[in-house]
Amino acid sequence: MSQLERSVITISSLIRSVHKCGYLVLMMGFSNSALAKSMPFNLTEGVTDVSQQVYDLHMTIFIICCVIGLVVFAAMFWAIFNHRKDKGAQAAQFHENTKVEIIWTAIPFVILIGMAIPATKTLIAMEDPSDADLTIQVTGSQWKWHYKYFGHDVEYYSLLASRQDQIHNQKQKRENYLLEVDYPLVLPVGQKVRFLVTSEDVIHSWWVPAFAVKKDANPGFINEAWTRINEPGIYRGQCAELCGKDHGFMPIVVIAKPVDEFETWLAEQEQKAVAAKAEEQAMLAMSMDMDEMMQLGEQVYNKHCAACHQANGEGLAGVFPALKGSQIATQDILGHINIVVHGKSGTAMQAFGKQLTLKELAAVIGYERNAWDNNTGDVIQPAQVKAVMQQKDL
Amino acid sequence: MASSRRLVGGLCLVVVGMFGFGFALVPLYQVFCDLTGLNGKTSNIVNAQAQSSQGVDLERIVTVEFVTYISKGMQWQLTPKVEQLKVHPGQMYEMEFIATNLSAKDQVGQAVPSVSPGQGANYLNKTECFCFNQQPLAAGETATLPLRFFVDTELPKNISTLTLSYTLYELPQPQQKG
Amino acid sequence: MSTGSASNPLASGVDDHHNHKPNGFFARWVFTTNHKDIGSLYLLFSFAMFLTGGAMAMVIRAELFQPGLQLVEPNFFNQMTTVHGLIMVFGAVMPAFVGLANWMIPVMIGAPDMALPRMNNWSFWILPFAFSLMLMTLFMEGGGPNFGWTFYAPLSTKYSPDSTALFVFAVHLMGISSIMGAINVIVTIVNLRAPGMTMMKLPLFVWTWLITAFLLIAVMPVLAGAVTMVLTDKYFGTSFFDAAGGGDPVMFQHIFWFFGHPEVYIMILPSFGIISAIVPTFSRKPLFGYASMVYATASIAGLSFLVWAHHMFTTGMPVAAELFFMYCTMLISIPTGVKVFNWVATMWRGSLTFEVPMLFAIAFIVLFTIGGFSGLMLAITPVDFQYHDTYFVVAHFHYVLVSGAIFSIMAASYYWLPKWTGYMYDDYLAKWHFWCSLISVNVLFFPMHFLGLAGMPRRIPDYALQFANVNAVVSLGGFAFGLSQLIFLVVVIKCMRGKGERAAAKPWEGAEGLEWEMPSPAPYHTHTTPPEIK
Repeated sequence: MSQLERSVITISSLIRSVHKCGYLVLMMGFSNSALAKSMPFNLTEGVTDVSQQVYDLHMTIFIICCVIGLVVFAAMFWAIFNHRKDKGAQAAQFHENTKVEIIWTAIPFVILIGMAIPATKTLIAMEDPSDADLTIQVTGSQWKWHYKYFGHDVEYYSLLASRQDQIHNQKQKRENYLLEVDYPLVLPVGQKVRFLVTSEDVIHSWWVPAFAVKKDANPGFINEAWTRINEPGIYRGQCAELCGKDHGFMPIVVIAKPVDEFETWLAEQEQKAVAAKAEEQAMLAMSMDMDEMMQLGEQVYNKHCAACHQANGEGLAGVFPALKGSQIATQDILGHINIVVHGKSGTAMQAFGKQLTLKELAAVIGYERNAWDNNTGDVIQPAQVKAVMQQKDL
Repeated sequence: MASSRRLVGGLCLVVVGMFGFGFALVPLYQVFCDLTGLNGKTSNIVNAQAQSSQGVDLERIVTVEFVTYISKGMQWQLTPKVEQLKVHPGQMYEMEFIATNLSAKDQVGQAVPSVSPGQGANYLNKTECFCFNQQPLAAGETATLPLRFFVDTELPKNISTLTLSYTLYELPQPQQKG
Repeated sequence: MSTGSASNPLASGVDDHHNHKPNGFFARWVFTTNHKDIGSLYLLFSFAMFLTGGAMAMVIRAELFQPGLQLVEPNFFNQMTTVHGLIMVFGAVMPAFVGLANWMIPVMIGAPDMALPRMNNWSFWILPFAFSLMLMTLFMEGGGPNFGWTFYAPLSTKYSPDSTALFVFAVHLMGISSIMGAINVIVTIVNLRAPGMTMMKLPLFVWTWLITAFLLIAVMPVLAGAVTMVLTDKYFGTSFFDAAGGGDPVMFQHIFWFFGHPEVYIMILPSFGIISAIVPTFSRKPLFGYASMVYATASIAGLSFLVWAHHMFTTGMPVAAELFFMYCTMLISIPTGVKVFNWVATMWRGSLTFEVPMLFAIAFIVLFTIGGFSGLMLAITPVDFQYHDTYFVVAHFHYVLVSGAIFSIMAASYYWLPKWTGYMYDDYLAKWHFWCSLISVNVLFFPMHFLGLAGMPRRIPDYALQFANVNAVVSLGGFAFGLSQLIFLVVVIKCMRGKGERAAAKPWEGAEGLEWEMPSPAPYHTHTTPPEIK
């Protein structure tokens, strides 16, 4: 086995250098973005023991396939070059040979057993239910991830940070275009981290290649996966199950920190959560004027709402309703606040109550009521939003 | 062509049978889930007598964690009294969840349980659970929802933590209250 | 009543009354019960669908040519991927095989026609309606199906566009058509073989189709069940797939793939039959291991019912189930390997020539095997966690379906075009078609392996910058492959219009089988008296 492993390593380094050359050739032909990082041409080895095992398994099977392919194709091309009519080849008339047929049924069977043994070992290593040091509740929804540190008062949404103007080619795309989020998941290095994955709406799939973790988020059911990261760093992944319109726009970013740094970070977040609650109280007393509301509201709208309802408020016919001139955005204020805070069940309209601050909620609702000729003149204040959240005055 | 007719008839029966089989997969799947714990589905109500016959395994401690989710757009809160319990297999435990209807409407909720790891699902036995019933709450009302459970002593040795999740769904039509 | 006169079902020749062909275009094609006419209709229809689905692939590749959103909105992009998949599976590959079955099975087994000619007419004429219905939804408010051809719930139930009911109805129609076609094939093969045509004398194309037909009647009804459940979940308040009502979205995937995996073999088994006809012809040597080919096909079909969950390893399954499905899936590579070995052994010490059908057949063997290897890699559960739902999967199934199934259909078309039309294809253009297709199909699909390994998920309209260069190459390959197929269109039209060399009854020196014992083009009615089987 060690010899096989050694040859695996030699061949894979060979493949890597070939890839580099190939990449240079490609770059000469198509360098349509100066920022483009070089793309690895093979599976990542990742930063966990499991991902390393998975990589080794991948290379082993790949090389076995290559060898079989080489033998079979060599035989075929030998026949193609040597047994051709224009070289005067006379066709033999044999059409069966039981011995040969048994051999080429048996040999693949043996090879398969050779593949199945390491595969089974790796699989069992991956499905280890032993106790974890930290549990993260990962919840997918259209089209973002929500992380909650189990047992800690820390939870937040993680949204795509690439902006609409980059997506629509009006601005230069940043280096990690589509692989960047506003609030990444922060994890400790060296500890066993368990993920409890579920979904609020459709099926999503939480995938970070560097950990070799890909688990479907099924609405109504929890799924479990785990990792133990060996190296600090930033690891990027994407949703891997078609989940509707913005399936391509819900990346995952994980920052792995040494345990002490992680614990400091977590403590800070817990304090922030307390502070945010206090701030919320303060906000209730504040009042925004029209200009401030419209300015903040537009920012919030473009980040959270424009993907569906569109920047011009006209929505997409038949899929996402227009806000421009709509009943909700021009009539009953409480109804409008209610749908933004709590979402609408059975539709893609999600609850923003937990994602945004009171001020942001008030601003975006006010913005929707005044932008695009909706011109209701309403100025919404955080206290009004809070009242709806608490079911007062309804 | 009598033989053709018979053959066509037979094949049509196969087609109808397989169409039925597609639907038969629904209950078959439930059975399969119960047997294997696929998807963390927990088997339904367990008789309390099943527990008394087991005896308590005081040597062993299993952590049971409780997590809750509210479905999109539903204006309820559901919180477990405690986030986790250390339990002995075979012993009965009582647990409470607090549910509040924050909406302005009377609504009926239905909690859907799921257990992880899936292989452990068959060993988390609930003798009483609010998830067995629909849960009507008036606007603004708060209720305490009970759960009585025990962990089976047969729980595989490699499992030391069981996570029980409840996802709360709104049922479309409020039932009339008895 | 057999006639020897050269008349041509595909070419619009002068009607020969001895052939009892109906008069008039409408009567001839709409009411036809002639297996050759219906076969031609199927083939032409599937080619039209191939071009339609291909146009959608061009939209997809154009959008993916560069990062950023350029041409289409994500929602429309999803409709394109969905409808491209549905059209290629149900509109291009499957009807093409049914067309080949209609044309060739009666001819090959010495039957005068299909066993159920009127049902045959129905099973074809349902299809244009089904596909018009589905294509229509693209123009409706809210758009057409956008949940992937696998229509996973709850994306296809709670979150799908209003047109979903029409999608369901269209799939029902396609299913009914396939089931009727399959019943017809089975009854024909079982009951209408010429005296002396024993089962183990059947050409392999007939054998593989017989097994395919059994797969069809076993799993198309399950698909019908699945779409029915989607329909009732969406419109009638059931909750098969909704956790809120006690259902389970993962169950949808089990039901779908219980259909879906055998479906994959439905799309490849007839290819095996075609390649097993062509390779011996141009090797001038009998097929190696006929019996083992039959057994291998049957065991692939049998195993196909035991491997469905390998499409769903990431949904969260007990280890035991994962292992079971992994082992079963790996086993499939044995009978598949046997087939490849048999083809190579057939070529071994043959007297090979490389006419266009043979070129496509050889390309099939090599490229299909590559697709088989990536399939074996995908079967390995732990690494599947990395490959699943990435471009690696896209590369895999396009190798199997495009350079596999579709190349075999091309090979079959070139092989039998002389028999169908009475004219040889334009060899010069056909060679261009082959070489352009071969090169572009690899430029198109081979780099997708790398994209997948590097971490690009499938079904996304936009991607990170590092994937840009390879995607540009892939798109160029895609455009080239799309254009190459227009050459095939020209070749087919030339044959149909009678341009080119007259074909002999047996244009291929090494060909064997009843179809080569009748004149080219095949008369409108053949085997009206049973042929003598040697």
